[in-house]
Amino acid sequence: MPSPAKSLPPPGLAQRLFKAPTAWASVVVLSLLVLSAFLGPLFLDADPHAPSSLQFSPPSSAHPFGTDVNGRDLLSRVLEGARISLLVGLSGALVSFTIGTAYGLVSGYVGGRVDALMMRTVEVLYAIPRLILIIIAFFVFDPILKKHLADLWEGRLIGYSKILILILSLGLIEWLTMARIVRGQVLALKNQQFVLAARSLGQSHLQIIFRHLLPNLLGVVVVYLTLTVPAVILDESFLSFLGLGVQPPQASWGSLLADGAQVINPVRSYWWLLIFPAVFMSATLLALNFLGDNLRDALDPRQKR
Amino acid sequence: MASFFFRRLLSFILVLWSVVTLTFFLVRLAPGGPFSRERKIPPAIEQQLLARYKLNGSLFEQYTDYLGDLLKGDLRLSTKYRDRSVNELIGDGLPVSAALGFCAFLIATFGGILLGSVAALRQHSWLDAASMLGALALISVPTFVAGPLLALVFGLWLGWLPVGGWGQPESILLPALTLAGPAMAYVARLTRSSLLEVLSQDFIRTARSKGLADSKVVLRHALKLALLPVVSFLGPLAANLLTGSIVVETLFNIPGMGGYFVHSILNRDVFLLTGVVIVYCTLLVGLNLLVDVLYSVLDRRIQLDA
Repeated sequence: MPSPAKSLPPPGLAQRLFKAPTAWASVVVLSLLVLSAFLGPLFLDADPHAPSSLQFSPPSSAHPFGTDVNGRDLLSRVLEGARISLLVGLSGALVSFTIGTAYGLVSGYVGGRVDALMMRTVEVLYAIPRLILIIIAFFVFDPILKKHLADLWEGRLIGYSKILILILSLGLIEWLTMARIVRGQVLALKNQQFVLAARSLGQSHLQIIFRHLLPNLLGVVVVYLTLTVPAVILDESFLSFLGLGVQPPQASWGSLLADGAQVINPVRSYWWLLIFPAVFMSATLLALNFLGDNLRDALDPRQKR
Repeated sequence: MASFFFRRLLSFILVLWSVVTLTFFLVRLAPGGPFSRERKIPPAIEQQLLARYKLNGSLFEQYTDYLGDLLKGDLRLSTKYRDRSVNELIGDGLPVSAALGFCAFLIATFGGILLGSVAALRQHSWLDAASMLGALALISVPTFVAGPLLALVFGLWLGWLPVGGWGQPESILLPALTLAGPAMAYVARLTRSSLLEVLSQDFIRTARSKGLADSKVVLRHALKLALLPVVSFLGPLAANLLTGSIVVETLFNIPGMGGYFVHSILNRDVFLLTGVVIVYCTLLVGLNLLVDVLYSVLDRRIQLDA
């Protein structure tokens, strides 16, 4: 098959992206999820934290997803979990994006001994299990943040301190791969002619970094960013599953799954407590991963389709 | 050759030392101590406890003392599991976790390579699409979702396999499958993309044009080269699987060392944590060395000294 127009500039990114049906499906799934997570509570009168006497009631018209051990409506809890997971995933990924890009840019651009030192540091951080770093970051920031939040806005944010810490510590740990990718790209770019030209025209290092290097990096970085979001969501749920993340009565997919896994026993299985959070979480991660994959294919000029 | 191994040994010692140092100071400097959780204890007793676990004196003294003990092969006492040494705890947990991890590793490696090769050989077919869809789905279902679901379906609804426990050969299957799922998917994706790249190279066309059967082209020529990136992924993967997973071991009630990581951090059990990190790091470096040796076996153009 003759590959059409290999040398011509490729058609628009969106056009290439949405050639894949999975990209469409992902966008639809994600928008449905966002809509129901944020608009759903307007139509539901169930409170995700209000207990009732209806313990472990199976799915019914009043409670479409059933109720949990305290008689709380599972649907509204799953939607609350969606809000928290999306919030933590997006903001954590943005924090990691900022740190990783800055670190990789400096390391690659300065080069030499600084680069060697910075990259050895990344390797050592890789060798320490990530979980240790996350949990320690957790313990270090927890008291500091709690103190500051108590003073801010009459302590109205104190209930969100665990979520903020999750965002901070996950973002502070998840940047390692991003830094390596950015550094590799900078190394490849910085000796190219357009950078040399910019330098010989007398542009400063900052100008070269922001005007010339950063725009060229953005494609790769954005792809990796879409893949970081599900990774952060996964970490958050994992911590919440272990009981370290989001604290009750707030619900996260991880803590809902932990509750669901606990009540799986041979006597009676409350399957809905496991199935619904599992489906929501897997569908979200699947859609995000698909989107990242398709985006990478669409941006990759070597990709022949 | 000898100089290659010697240099690797030096860098291993350097990495191990920095990781041990970092872990030690991170845990000791983190807020809270190993004995601060319980009810307030009288200072005299606390002093005694600290002395018993060699946690008294300045931080730097504790550190140099500890390094000295490490050189003698003594990983010291756990501060949480009183009177049990870290050597003992790891000696109990590691074989269990390693056995489970090894099963998962075999499933992931062979399943992944098979799935990935089939997908690459039938590129653009429904088989390719289905296996890659399946792989991404496996990546998107974390172990703490897959584990309970598998237990629910195969353990309770169908009643084919035990829901948990350790000892009988059939009880290893569900946890091993849970652990292997995402790993298998990564292996399959890597195999597919790498095999596709190799299959488009000139020497494959030469092999085909001289009349070699398709199966021989793939097995004798393509797969060997295509496995290189897969092999380099398998090193860290094996280190991860062999040291156990807290989620799978908690879900299926397995007495391995997967929980040591998390619990020792939460209990500020500094010696247990460093001990586990040493095991992990040694496995990681050792397996990466094995990967490099395998590289030179799979592709003779790669030399170890390079």
